[in-house]
Amino acid sequence: MATKSLLARNNDLANTTRQLEILSNGIFASGELPTFVSKIKETNQFPLRPKKLEILQINLGYMCNQVCAHCHVDAGPDRKEIMTLETMNQCLKVIQKTGAHTLDLTGGAPEMNPNFRWFVEEAAKVGIKDFIVRSNLTIIRAHKKYHDLPEFFKKYHIHVVSSMPHWTRGKTDKQRGNGVFDQSIKALQMLNEVGYGVKGSELKLDLVYNPSGAFLPGDQMALENDFKKALKNNFDIDFHHLFAITNLPISRFLDYLIASENYEDYMISLVEAYNPAAVANVMCTNTLSVSWEGWLYDCDFNQMLNLKVASSIKHISEYNKELIQDRNIIINQHCYGCTAGAGSSCQGVVA
Amino acid sequence: MSKTYYDPADLRKFGNITEWNEALGNKFFDYYGKVFEEGALTAREKSLIALAVAHTEQCPYCIDAYTKDGLQRGITKEEMMEAVHVGAAIKSGATLVHGVQMMNKVNKLEM
Repeated sequence: MATKSLLARNNDLANTTRQLEILSNGIFASGELPTFVSKIKETNQFPLRPKKLEILQINLGYMCNQVCAHCHVDAGPDRKEIMTLETMNQCLKVIQKTGAHTLDLTGGAPEMNPNFRWFVEEAAKVGIKDFIVRSNLTIIRAHKKYHDLPEFFKKYHIHVVSSMPHWTRGKTDKQRGNGVFDQSIKALQMLNEVGYGVKGSELKLDLVYNPSGAFLPGDQMALENDFKKALKNNFDIDFHHLFAITNLPISRFLDYLIASENYEDYMISLVEAYNPAAVANVMCTNTLSVSWEGWLYDCDFNQMLNLKVASSIKHISEYNKELIQDRNIIINQHCYGCTAGAGSSCQGVVA
Repeated sequence: MSKTYYDPADLRKFGNITEWNEALGNKFFDYYGKVFEEGALTAREKSLIALAVAHTEQCPYCIDAYTKDGLQRGITKEEMMEAVHVGAAIKSGATLVHGVQMMNKVNKLEM
């Protein structure tokens, strides 16, 4: 599997304009499949508008110690984009003003930002109580300077959300890289040791399941049960919940779909599984995404497609609650990924 | 006319059979849906049975459908191949057990 980002490989799809062209042309331009706009118009859900802001999702940088085959961020060790202290300070200034109750830190591997811990400490000082860190698990094992992350997470009652595509080594390593499964298992055991994921514990440990290929996730509850049984029996690991997340057809996953000649069938699967009930609760309606440079987006996926919010306010430094609230959410064909079946969001199913 | 008997895209048109007989078509799909619900057997177990039968029936649509269904449920390729072998074992067993009939006939006819 590739060990470099699309960007480092000079891949055509590192260009977001090219990705948007692909998503707008082909089977959507020919009319074989309805565009997302026309689909949500059928149920009078266009334009999509934000509801009350609940989650501020901040991307601390695209650097990562892994190069996962499906990564929509195109993250990896060769990505040097990292949020600066200046932008972090701008975020801290508006965190209180947003009214959001949860700060969701993502990446890349957010822990690799050298000011990651400082940022959490400062955000706690300005009143954030609900933190989410999207940890890839292996970072905890990657270097001794990260070995105490479980203790750090515990100190700030951080809700840890970690990716795990399967309870078997083969499927996990194929998606996330050789050796990732074993290191992830060790990291989960370390988190369990300090109290994370244990039944009744307030230290929340949830897993994220992304399908390892061109198919949609099955029933979240059934998968959670299978994961729990296997991880408990094989490794004595406990966790709280499993979030089943659909892979969106952007970045590296789009590259995979096209290269494996699965793109059209995958888009057909997404459109066929379209669920209008999921549209009502898509995450862009209660989340705002901030890039490592401080730009604002309706969601993490729009960030990766460089589709900034349709508002006169586009940067965290100019944040204005009323102005940003009064906007239409930018949608495109990738949005079908969040409305398929029971829906999909960074918190799992939505319908 | 298409040049092959089977077209993968036809699977998506399966539901269209109701257009020419709505009552019977709907009854079939209601029944089909009910059969695959969680019951005394889990939906996961039923998916593996369906995959094995798809092979013994040699239905390409069913093989596509239940391979994908299995992946969505987190069923591993090792589990899928074992299920196919179960189907194959019954198929070959069904052939071989008729060997007894052959033996009976030989024993009856030979002096």
